[in-house]
Amino acid sequence: MSAFRFDADVSAWIGAYPFRQLPHPDPEVLRQVLERERIGTAWVGALPAAWHRDPAPANSWLYAQLAPHAGVLLPSPTVRPDWPGWERELDDAVSREAPSVRVYPMQLGIGAAAPCLSALATACADRGLVVQLTVRFEDLRQRHPLDTAGDLTAAHVRTIVRADPRVQVIVSGAGRDLIEEVHWSLTPDEQGRCHWDWAWVWGPPEDHLGQLFRTVGASRFVFGGFWPLRLIQASGACLSLLPEKLPPVTTRSAGAILAAARSHTA
Amino acid sequence: MAPRHLVDPHAHFHWSGSREDWARYNASRLHAGDAMGIEVHVASILGTWGRTSPTYFASPADITAGNDAMYAIARADPARVRAFVHVNPNHTAHALSEIARGVEAGAIGVKLSASRRADDPLIDPIADEAGRRGLPVLHHVWQHRQRDWAMQEASDAVELTRLAQRHPRTNFILAHIGGGGDWAHSINVIRDVPNVFPDTSGSGVDRGMLEAYLEAVGPQRLLWAADLTLCTGLAKLQALEVIGLPQDALDDICWRNAVRIFPTGSLGLA
Repeated sequence: MSAFRFDADVSAWIGAYPFRQLPHPDPEVLRQVLERERIGTAWVGALPAAWHRDPAPANSWLYAQLAPHAGVLLPSPTVRPDWPGWERELDDAVSREAPSVRVYPMQLGIGAAAPCLSALATACADRGLVVQLTVRFEDLRQRHPLDTAGDLTAAHVRTIVRADPRVQVIVSGAGRDLIEEVHWSLTPDEQGRCHWDWAWVWGPPEDHLGQLFRTVGASRFVFGGFWPLRLIQASGACLSLLPEKLPPVTTRSAGAILAAARSHTA
Repeated sequence: MAPRHLVDPHAHFHWSGSREDWARYNASRLHAGDAMGIEVHVASILGTWGRTSPTYFASPADITAGNDAMYAIARADPARVRAFVHVNPNHTAHALSEIARGVEAGAIGVKLSASRRADDPLIDPIADEAGRRGLPVLHHVWQHRQRDWAMQEASDAVELTRLAQRHPRTNFILAHIGGGGDWAHSINVIRDVPNVFPDTSGSGVDRGMLEAYLEAVGPQRLLWAADLTLCTGLAKLQALEVIGLPQDALDDICWRNAVRIFPTGSLGLA
């Protein structure tokens, strides 16, 4: 039996955040936190890349930073699908054994109907890469005046999930409303390829997480801690306070999502 | 290391006048609180929570009904629940009479939400009365409010501090540093105002927030609290436990500061 509480944290980053100081957002510290919290691995993005016009240099930095932690901190590079040559970032990700790539449509001003999102979904499916989306980095009420990107919309998620029947998607930082809107606007097959972390879902007394586990299903959820922006304890705390009447919960493992993504590649 | 006791000085309940599933909601809070080790919930009900008048501009009739419901919950569970008396300062006479009635019913603090800006002179008689009776005032705060938001006349730390400086014998709890807005803005505002006690509640769990407040105001002015989300309260409790605080500091934050600012003996902890 594994000593880990979760096989992976799929919602981690390293690097500076442009709008406030984060305490030591460094891979060495992340690794210590994973050990303390008994989490096996982390899928790690380069936080500054979300605001870069060209994410390629930040991806190179990410690979270098994570190299000493191979096998524990897995790179999740950023892709800008409306940038010339973006497919090269995907090929690079595959060669680096990345489980996923991250795309930030809101920060890039990419609309939900943009063809490049569908192209990204298919290109990732071709390569066995999971597509990761982030709803928000901070609460809407505390954002810097220059941080004008809104929260990710349900339409963006739908576009990517529907674009290719092979694509696997993880959405980080959604609340109950967005999860329900997306889930019930997808076919059962599409629902099965759309996964959520519960880092921003409320526990008791509103019990949104318990409600979602009952309706959407716990198997649609995968652990994400939102480190270094938020306390990684929050997701575990929410899980530990599930209503007592809920049947035993088995959330999705990151490994299972990755295996599904790679099952269509040669 | 864990605190020896745990008090949530920023709790809320519902009642039949506020939502259909009020009993489930209240039971969920108490059940989760037990799991976390919360021994006392100091709670308020904000009128009908918007059903018949706005949550933050509750009518006098709704205020009275909500307070009565809160006192009933406290009476039904005297071991775990204490009550704030919630008032709307736009109705001064009613607010003062509610405080008097609340104390008779066992209320141990005054709850101000967002019905009037904190530095408005209309708050003065309420703050004065709370101080005279030795009741702390829990004041809803939007950290760094940069504009008015619909359905509330929220205050930020600057405005609350003006009120606190006019009433130095009254203790004020600055609500939910994790509850929205920029918590970093409030730090320097309240740093040197000794009768303002920030509480940690709210859904926000930003890394660095707890450390920043501890550095600014020290463990004897910070109050652990949960508000509407016990899960994030538990996360902040767990974070406090791994920061490496001395036992005394952890106890101050988690319950002893509350014992100091609420009326003597009212929490049943020593």
